[in-house]
Amino acid sequence: MYKTLANLEINQLAQIKTLDLDKDMQKRLNDLGIFSNVLIKCIFNSPFKDPKAYLINDTLIALRNIDAKKIGVKLINE
Amino acid sequence: MSKRIALIGNPNVGKSTIFNYLTNSKQHTGNWAGKTVENAQAKFVKNNEEYILFDLPGIYSLSIKSHEEKVARDLLIDSNFDIAVVVCDATQLLRGINLLLQVLELKENVVLCVNMLDEAKKKGLIINFEKLSKLLNVPVIPTEAKSKESLENFRQFLIDYQSTGLKKITYSKELELAIIKIEKNLNINNKRWYAIKLLEHDNDIIKRLNYQKDIDTKYISCFSQQLNNKSILITNQVLKRTKEIKQSKLDKFLTSKLTGIPFMIFLFLVLFWLTINGANYPSELLYKFFNFTQIYLLKFCHFLCLPNWLVNPLIFGIYKTLTWVVAVMLPPMMIFFPLFSLLENLGILPRIAFNLDHFFQKCQACGKQALTMCMGLGCNAVGVTGCRIIDSKRERLIAIITNSLMPCNGKFSAMISIITMFFIGFSTGLISTFYSALILIGFILISILFTFLVSYILSKTLLKGKSSSFILELPSYRKPKIIKTILVSLYDKAIVILWRAIKVSAPAGLVIWLFANIKIGDSSILSICSNFLEPFGNLLGLDGVIILAFILGFPANEIVIPLIIMGYMSLGNLTNFNDLLELKHLLITNNWTILTAINFMILILFHYPCSTTLLTIKEETKSIYWTFISFITPLIIGIGLCLLTNLIFNFIV
Repeated sequence: MYKTLANLEINQLAQIKTLDLDKDMQKRLNDLGIFSNVLIKCIFNSPFKDPKAYLINDTLIALRNIDAKKIGVKLINE
Repeated sequence: MSKRIALIGNPNVGKSTIFNYLTNSKQHTGNWAGKTVENAQAKFVKNNEEYILFDLPGIYSLSIKSHEEKVARDLLIDSNFDIAVVVCDATQLLRGINLLLQVLELKENVVLCVNMLDEAKKKGLIINFEKLSKLLNVPVIPTEAKSKESLENFRQFLIDYQSTGLKKITYSKELELAIIKIEKNLNINNKRWYAIKLLEHDNDIIKRLNYQKDIDTKYISCFSQQLNNKSILITNQVLKRTKEIKQSKLDKFLTSKLTGIPFMIFLFLVLFWLTINGANYPSELLYKFFNFTQIYLLKFCHFLCLPNWLVNPLIFGIYKTLTWVVAVMLPPMMIFFPLFSLLENLGILPRIAFNLDHFFQKCQACGKQALTMCMGLGCNAVGVTGCRIIDSKRERLIAIITNSLMPCNGKFSAMISIITMFFIGFSTGLISTFYSALILIGFILISILFTFLVSYILSKTLLKGKSSSFILELPSYRKPKIIKTILVSLYDKAIVILWRAIKVSAPAGLVIWLFANIKIGDSSILSICSNFLEPFGNLLGLDGVIILAFILGFPANEIVIPLIIMGYMSLGNLTNFNDLLELKHLLITNNWTILTAINFMILILFHYPCSTTLLTIKEETKSIYWTFISFITPLIIGIGLCLLTNLIFNFIV
């Protein structure tokens, strides 16, 4: 089932499928290891549920929902 | 002959710590991405050979997006290094490998230093270094920033290093063909690397080569994707995970809706409380000591038969101002800076940015601004430089302009003395200092509120634009090396900032003394000036002397209060006072009311940035216009608020 990163439940593992971002943002995310097919997990919320903290390749990264919405993911059952 | 060694790495992997250890220098370190923003270099000598180390700002990759990444990459492209060390965090091996592969394409003699092995062990990560070295075909050295032995091993490795050539990384057939096609048009060294960057549509490189031909856009992220795949492949072969990563309890506590923001406020409350409490007694002691010394200094001067026209400005002008600044500033700084550095090293600050980003997003600003605001609490000039961590130019300008809305350490001492005198009475017990801290936090919250407000207004007017993205790493918590952090922050921040204040306060003390004692006709220059400024001061609920002190205090906020004292003393006949109680008496005889105290607090919070900060803003923005905006914005707020309170007060009374 396809979803965006922004509506991932806490601790739900997912695989990145699509990146619908401008060039600069894409490069920035690439730098942090965010490519298609990479595994990602939402670990916790900030007090106002935006931004959220995601775990990717052993690193915690904070992303705003508005950006996370542009990242399509496929849920993975552990 | 000297050897040149570059330290390259992702932000916050401990490059500066290694650099500091090897070269015995004192670069700032802190547990968050972007602490080092300029290239630093220093050397060590071993066996009569010189080794020059270059500590580059942290970069995620060699495709640049920010100022510090450009600084780092330009140095890499333009200089030759005998060794290029890629430093990586053992807990984030993949990203380290990824950067290493990119550097391999550009430079010869690349080695990988896997740092923070201790933390990897704690997280249950086991790395097979032998295999890693074999797969990458480069030397790999593990280090722990906390273990001297491993760092000495690393030093020995650098000394023994024998050079190797450039290593080629092969991409898929399609990409290789594309590279060859572009390479044909280039006539430079290392054209393969340039060709790849051109295919990635790297604007900086296109400009650098003045490349005018069309480039296919379909390969923009292919190279980095293939490198990443390669990195993942290698990582999976050498890394074993024995524990699952979950949200730490501390993170749960620091970022939850219920406890996150209250705890942050509480943390700063404790920080200020400790500062005020700890500084009280030493300040008093210093003050008594300086007063005591003054008597003997005077006696000594009379013993030397020095004329009064020389003794008076020296003692009552320079000495008095200088010692006040030292007595009031030194103790709080000695406590605040080390404590703050500990927070910084622990990794709390990025969580603050994470919690507050929601509000910054509403203001169309960047959450990283919270980090620069925190730095501003120490010194606004440092905060302004720190704004480089913000990638978008528009958002960086917002952060720079609003930085001086945060009170710096120089303002704290003034604010604390006024709070003690006018808001809570005099007992110095733990509880009353707690109230002081509480009131101080209150004023800082007002500062934060205005930061949001001004950021919002700027986003809607002068700096219109779309909110760009906010990507922030949340580093793992690290236990700081407590003693070292304290010593470094004392030396680096406290002493440097105190010295700057001293340099400014001596001449300022002299000027105000001359103002007070040189007479034109019947009245002194000081009374002429303060009389001239009096109506304006009254309009703000203040007086001419206070306004004059703010004007003369332009070089440093620390000297505003001593200048006020000097002013009052020279106008009246009081020549000395021993503690805050007598100071309060001095202020009250000069018609200070609670309104004066409140408005003074407002104006000390919001007036123009000090001269050092303004110069830094000029340097960072390269624009007189934005420097002016940064100058005028807090001033408008300060004057506006003072007018308002004065109006309300007069209406009620």
